[in-house]
Amino acid sequence: MNAAWRILHKDLVLELRTREALSGLVVLVMLILLTFAFAMDPEGAASAAPAVQWVTFIFAGLMAIQRAFLVERENGAWYGLLLCPIDRSAIFVAKMASNVIVLGIAQLVLLGLLAVLLGVPVHAAPLPILLVNFLGLIGFSALATLFAAISVRLRAREMMLPLLVLPLLVPLVICAVQASRIVMNGGTIANAAAWIRVLATFDVIFSVAGWMIFEQLVHE
Amino acid sequence: MSLRSRVAPFADRVLPPAATLAMLVALWCVFVYVPNEQTMGPVQRIFYFHVNCWWAAYLGFFVAAAASGAYLWRGRPEHDWLAQAGVEVGVLFCTMGLVTGPIWARPIWGTWWTWDPRLTMAVILWTIFSVYLVLRSAGREDPEITRYAAVLAVVGILDIPLIMISVRLWRGMHPSVISAPANKGGLEDPRMVTALLVSLVAFALLFVWLLWLRYEGLRLRSEVQVLEDRLGELA
Repeated sequence: MNAAWRILHKDLVLELRTREALSGLVVLVMLILLTFAFAMDPEGAASAAPAVQWVTFIFAGLMAIQRAFLVERENGAWYGLLLCPIDRSAIFVAKMASNVIVLGIAQLVLLGLLAVLLGVPVHAAPLPILLVNFLGLIGFSALATLFAAISVRLRAREMMLPLLVLPLLVPLVICAVQASRIVMNGGTIANAAAWIRVLATFDVIFSVAGWMIFEQLVHE
Repeated sequence: MSLRSRVAPFADRVLPPAATLAMLVALWCVFVYVPNEQTMGPVQRIFYFHVNCWWAAYLGFFVAAAASGAYLWRGRPEHDWLAQAGVEVGVLFCTMGLVTGPIWARPIWGTWWTWDPRLTMAVILWTIFSVYLVLRSAGREDPEITRYAAVLAVVGILDIPLIMISVRLWRGMHPSVISAPANKGGLEDPRMVTALLVSLVAFALLFVWLLWLRYEGLRLRSEVQVLEDRLGELA
């Protein structure tokens, strides 16, 4: 755990000093959202807000998530990490945590933009909306971090990551959009319980699977 | 003697004629022996092959996932060959299921495609395991690719129950435009049951034969690779 914390700390300091990932990600989120608004008419986009929100989040997230591993490629830092006498799964925990933090900030910005630009009543039920977003964030980060560790090492990495992750994300997309639709329209958590339960199961399964399988990916 | 060398003579000699014969008998059953279904007419005859495509596809994916798990655990190349063979054969049957389904659905349901849970599930599975094949060809020269592919197959199988639950919930929320006819599984004529069973045997033999062919192909390719490497060292 200590090792994971050290790696996470390093990543966060790096991000705070350069702001490379976050600044690009926030602008990207805004641009995808604007593209949706132009494509659908802003009035139409408001009713499609849950779908717009999750598609925006997932596509922006896919662009950003490989960074956690790409930074390690410079100066052979990756081999330094692998040579450390630590549990390899600590690397997964740290990378997933740093992705959760960066993507979580982007998600908050996205919710703010949805409220301002599309008039989604985010402030009416902040807690249920945040809960659904958090569950979606964890599931996406767990799965995408695991597969980013694979795709960064392939030549066609920009192409391969979405190919690998999007089909597996289908349950998350379905449940997150449906749960968001319910809570954004004034429903309670109990109304969306069926969806939230599947989301939470998805989070648990892929966090544990990622944590257990990651060691197999960095085998050398 | 390894399991493979004990199975090989039998598989090479028996599987091709057995699968061919069974498939011919199945074709005769489907086109000549069974009577027309009363409400659906001749198009219902595609059912005997369509259903068996799905059994074979699911079987291929589960073989692949089990072999991938074993490969991650033990690291033996045989498991990797079996996993890849399973996915290739599974995707083949899955594609055939996805093609034969709409051919039947168009005249019976009036539409090529509908977002029925079973159809949705099928198309998601097809994408997951097609990506497996894309991944293998994208990273062909990477020695680690076998392990990445195994991870994808294992995670794909872990995802299946979640996909099933969420797709059911998703479609359960909406009124379904076309529900599957209740009599789809009810084969009123005993000859229909016979035809289905004969097709099942034919598809099982075809499945095993194809799996064996691909397994042997992958094994030979890796042996050739070893020989080429040795030649390179000598030169």
